[in-house]
Amino acid sequence: MSVLEKVRPERPAATAREPRVTDDGRRVRPAELLWRYLLLLAVLALTTGPFLWQLATSLKGPTEDIYSSPPSLLPAHPTLHNYARVADTIPVWDYALNSLKVAVANVVTNCVGSALAGYALARLRYRGRRVTTLVFVLAMLVPVEGIVIAQFTTMRELGLNNTLIGVVLPGAVGAMNVLLMRGAFRALPHEIEEAAYVDGADVWQRFLRIALPSVKGTLAVVAIFAFMGAWDDFLWPLIVLSDPSKFTLTIGLNYLHGTFANDERLVAAGTVIAVAPLIALFACLQRYFFRGVGEGAVKG
Amino acid sequence: MATPLRVRRQLPTSPWLFAAPGLLITGAFVLYPFVSTLVNSFTDRRTLLPGRFVGLANFRELLHDDMFWTGLRNSVLYVLVVVPALVVLPLLLALLVRRNIPGITFFRSAFYTPVVASIVVVGLIWVWLLDERGLVNSVLETVGIGRIGFLSDQWLLLLSAMAVTVWKGLGYYMVIYLAALANVPRELHEAAAVDGAGPVRRFLSVTVPAVRSTMVLVAALSSVAAFKVFSEVYLMAGPSGGPAGEDTTLVMLVQRTGTGLTGRVGYASALSVVVFAVTVALMLLVLRADRREEA
Repeated sequence: MSVLEKVRPERPAATAREPRVTDDGRRVRPAELLWRYLLLLAVLALTTGPFLWQLATSLKGPTEDIYSSPPSLLPAHPTLHNYARVADTIPVWDYALNSLKVAVANVVTNCVGSALAGYALARLRYRGRRVTTLVFVLAMLVPVEGIVIAQFTTMRELGLNNTLIGVVLPGAVGAMNVLLMRGAFRALPHEIEEAAYVDGADVWQRFLRIALPSVKGTLAVVAIFAFMGAWDDFLWPLIVLSDPSKFTLTIGLNYLHGTFANDERLVAAGTVIAVAPLIALFACLQRYFFRGVGEGAVKG
Repeated sequence: MATPLRVRRQLPTSPWLFAAPGLLITGAFVLYPFVSTLVNSFTDRRTLLPGRFVGLANFRELLHDDMFWTGLRNSVLYVLVVVPALVVLPLLLALLVRRNIPGITFFRSAFYTPVVASIVVVGLIWVWLLDERGLVNSVLETVGIGRIGFLSDQWLLLLSAMAVTVWKGLGYYMVIYLAALANVPRELHEAAAVDGAGPVRRFLSVTVPAVRSTMVLVAALSSVAAFKVFSEVYLMAGPSGGPAGEDTTLVMLVQRTGTGLTGRVGYASALSVVVFAVTVALMLLVLRADRREEA
């Protein structure tokens, strides 16, 4: 911050005459640009620094002092040793596989279930449609944290506690996703489907061949948020899973932290394994992540 | 549009077939548990024992349960601290990344990274950063302030967890604000600038009124989320909620009371009912504050 304080008063009025035009057509004075970038870099350090520190810790060898003061930011002799050790301590790759199974299942069930239900709510006319819509709106308003205990007793009654199916089921068709898909289908012009209807296409053909391909974008948003939600979830798997061989990554990490808390290198390696796939996914599919925030916020 | 002909030509069951998977899941795993939570809150049901009806006994017990008051206090404090931070800071951040200066898309994405990470990863990262011997304390010692027991003091621990919640939420609400700012007419800003309004003045009298409804939305979303806080505190303070359990939040108490083979499902349900009630109250409060300001 002290750097900024110095820069601002020194801003010469003359620089305003040589404006730099950005691609949104606004003029930015060089001095303003400078302090903008300084602020951006400061926030960058704050938001991504912790991840990088975790990565650095996971790469430090057993002989390197990770508690040194002043801290050494980069590993002196980078090694993947900790990743091998974390796999010896907890079955981290099995946990990753469990997380992957849960996340993929959640993507499939949410895409299929919410597309079908969303289409019914948006495009099909039947007695009880309003009630169906209301059911999903109400379900969206129920806070999950308030019903986890009852969800757990329900799972026990079904004999599905301590199974990965039990982890997936409660969120298998998210009410918000149904309403998102409903909104996407409603935004489609009626004319296309009507033409198909006149040509004799039945409801399944209209759904699969015409409506569904037109809402791919929203479907991608649903898929990504279903994946992220399942991969990141903590409270529900913590409650429903008790057998360490069934753990997902988040629960396994919590277990690792609780049991081997004194070995920061191991925990760091574990967290890197858990977060890397999502950061990669985010890097590839950013615009859907951002789009999902907007749509989720409006609907939620 | 609803021609009777079309209705008759459809297979009579097909709309329900479309809605069935969603309805089944929602009914069985959201609405049924919701109703059964309400019902169970009037019973002494345990994990392995069916309960008897006990009237308001659970709720009467709540009033005399110190742990309940601790949990309620912490969850309410969480809302009071986290919500103002999450209404204001992401807006400032959105203003910072709004202009399309070179490289800005990289910054926007980078600021969003904490949102993508699991709360477990985030929690453990900060446990290590704020550790007695962690990076933050190393830096503090190097600059001569000395080490601070972020994770051993009851209040510092809660405050640290709040900071982590804000840190993780910044990018999410930033994106919401960015969408809102895109709709603020530029002429307003330019007119204010011509009238001699400085940046602070323009922020308060042009930007804030223009994104006010978004601020209300963010307040509503973040207050409900903050009241239900579980993972951050669970990870940073431990399952028992820090020193003498003083950092337990309401949802942590629900989890601790209702799970395990001896779980008191009835009592945990009563605690859950309080979670519902406060959640609804928070929503109404935010919406009402909104309406009053508008009038």
